[in-house]
Amino acid sequence: MEPINEITSVVTPLNQKNVDTDQIISKEFLKRIERTGFGKYLFYHWRFDANDEPIKDFVLNDERYKDSTILVAHDNFGCGSSREHAPWAILDYGFRVVIAPSYADIFYNNCMKNGILPITLSVDEVESLLSKDSYDVAVNLEAQTVTGEDGVVYSFDIDPYQKQMLLNGWDEISLTFQYDEQITAYEQRQKAL
Amino acid sequence: MAKTIIEKIWEQHVVYEEEGKPDLLYIDLHLLHEVTSPQAFEGLRLNNRKVRRPDLCFATMDHNVPTRNREQIKDVIARKQISTLQENCEEFGVPLANMDHPDQGIVHIIGPELGLTQPGKTIVCGDSHTSTHGAFGAIAFGIGTSEVEHVLSTQTLWQAKPKTMEIKVNGKLGYGVAAKDIILAIIAKFGIDMGTGYIVEYTGEAIRDLTMEERMTICNMSIEAGARAGLISPDETTVEFLRGRKHVPSGEAFEKEAARWKALASDEGAVYDKTVEISADEIEPFVTWGTNPSMGSGVSNNIPYTTDFTETSDQQAHEKALAYMGLEQGMPLEDIQISNVFIGSCTNARLSDLKTAAKVIEGKKVHANVTAIVVPGSQTVKKQAEQEGIDKIFLNAGFEWRESGCSMCLAMNEDVVPAGEHCASTSNRNFEGRQGTGARTHLMSPAMAAAAAIEGHIVDIRKFQVVNA
Repeated sequence: MEPINEITSVVTPLNQKNVDTDQIISKEFLKRIERTGFGKYLFYHWRFDANDEPIKDFVLNDERYKDSTILVAHDNFGCGSSREHAPWAILDYGFRVVIAPSYADIFYNNCMKNGILPITLSVDEVESLLSKDSYDVAVNLEAQTVTGEDGVVYSFDIDPYQKQMLLNGWDEISLTFQYDEQITAYEQRQKAL
Repeated sequence: MAKTIIEKIWEQHVVYEEEGKPDLLYIDLHLLHEVTSPQAFEGLRLNNRKVRRPDLCFATMDHNVPTRNREQIKDVIARKQISTLQENCEEFGVPLANMDHPDQGIVHIIGPELGLTQPGKTIVCGDSHTSTHGAFGAIAFGIGTSEVEHVLSTQTLWQAKPKTMEIKVNGKLGYGVAAKDIILAIIAKFGIDMGTGYIVEYTGEAIRDLTMEERMTICNMSIEAGARAGLISPDETTVEFLRGRKHVPSGEAFEKEAARWKALASDEGAVYDKTVEISADEIEPFVTWGTNPSMGSGVSNNIPYTTDFTETSDQQAHEKALAYMGLEQGMPLEDIQISNVFIGSCTNARLSDLKTAAKVIEGKKVHANVTAIVVPGSQTVKKQAEQEGIDKIFLNAGFEWRESGCSMCLAMNEDVVPAGEHCASTSNRNFEGRQGTGARTHLMSPAMAAAAAIEGHIVDIRKFQVVNA
């Protein structure tokens, strides 16, 4: 996956809590057997009406955010289905960073495996970001900061192991192969039981 | 020191641990299906990797399979996804219950049916309802496709040790109250994200009293409370369910396993990071009125008012949900008109679920405004039901009797609720568009869904049974 460290962009404010992965990528688009090409289906039924016309007041259809690479949402983002098609759609659409007060566990993990940085900020901080129009921020993973255009700095925590994975864009399977001896030893112990 | 079952299973599966890293955890059983596996197998091919332990994998197709006219799948992309799973299983030596195989069914129904699911195992699948298998006292959780590829390649996952939570259901269930009502009540009371970061263990008298089928219904919906995994300590009920199943040992070996399984149960005095309690006698038959599983209430209640919520974000969510559902605040739940009924899904499509629903509708007719379908959870469930004449009860009442699969739970196949229509569903998610674009889902137990099919609106099963006694 592509390494990630510094990202600067206007933030796209999606002011909703409990956004589930069925909304992020609807089931009719899950039949593809590739990892790519899901971006055009991101939030499909919120972006487009029954005639496939863009719904004007949905934030992704707002011209100001069309080149944004940072999505901000409220609590429990990505709840529901484990479908990795959700982060694939987010990434393919062009987002590299998501900011929210909390995430569903499976979705959070799935972001990490795809080079998407899920940043957790406090509810107050996220609500502050959600309340702004056309607000630019600079994300720095190494420093674990989000710096607003007005100089406000938000710090975030991230698991050090996951941080290294993202910064380096490592392939986790190759890393795990280095523990082949331990895995084999475990299997032999189990067999002997 | 007293330990929870969660700690015991975890410790038995740590392959490697190091400060500052998640644990490398061994996986005992990897279930696969057609929707979340193709990209993982493709990853293996691109990197010239093989499946480390095909003998610990088991695959079936369930998510997009048709539930009638299976000979010719009309949807070209769905057909491709299904043939891709067949090819991948063949190429990598993974056991597969193909669409025409007698063991085919929803992956979370056939695992327990075949005895692949066993206490003490770590079980994963690229599906969030993998938590179902926790009913047997296994750590079972849903993973994404990248993790599917990781497990295929290494039979392990890097996992941070989760926190533990006890959800204690005290006392006994009242008349007409089902396992589905327990889990819906828990989610409504504690919230859709109460379990985030935790593995949950369900305890208490009401849980001990449940059959294995009912325990599976509870654990299945752990993810709807945000918990990746939810489990129940094994006991005699667990052991007896597994006895004689295809993939469990027999004779003396079984007794030895049974003793080991029962010893996994959480120790007296084991400490959880968090404990919450709920009284079984405060739980009514439940229905959801909104667009996530926590937006539900006892059937005798009315839909809440926006002003019942204090936080602005909750008020906004409430308004948005009611607008989508086409419902008014303050409206009695029993006044909600139903035009579709779905009895199926990994939550409630086991034989006992179908029997319960059949008992409710026996000798009656589906309401003229209602389209009702039954989708057995597996071919085994279907066959057993047919042997007992349960299919006839449904057919005589005007239900459609289908082949097994996920079907209208997520509407990836042709089984779709039309836009704007309300569906009484025994499935697990009432998200916007879940059962079809614009479809309006009400989650409930099999008995409640069956009664709604007869009456054409939501009804309290307790009153229905008294009137029809």
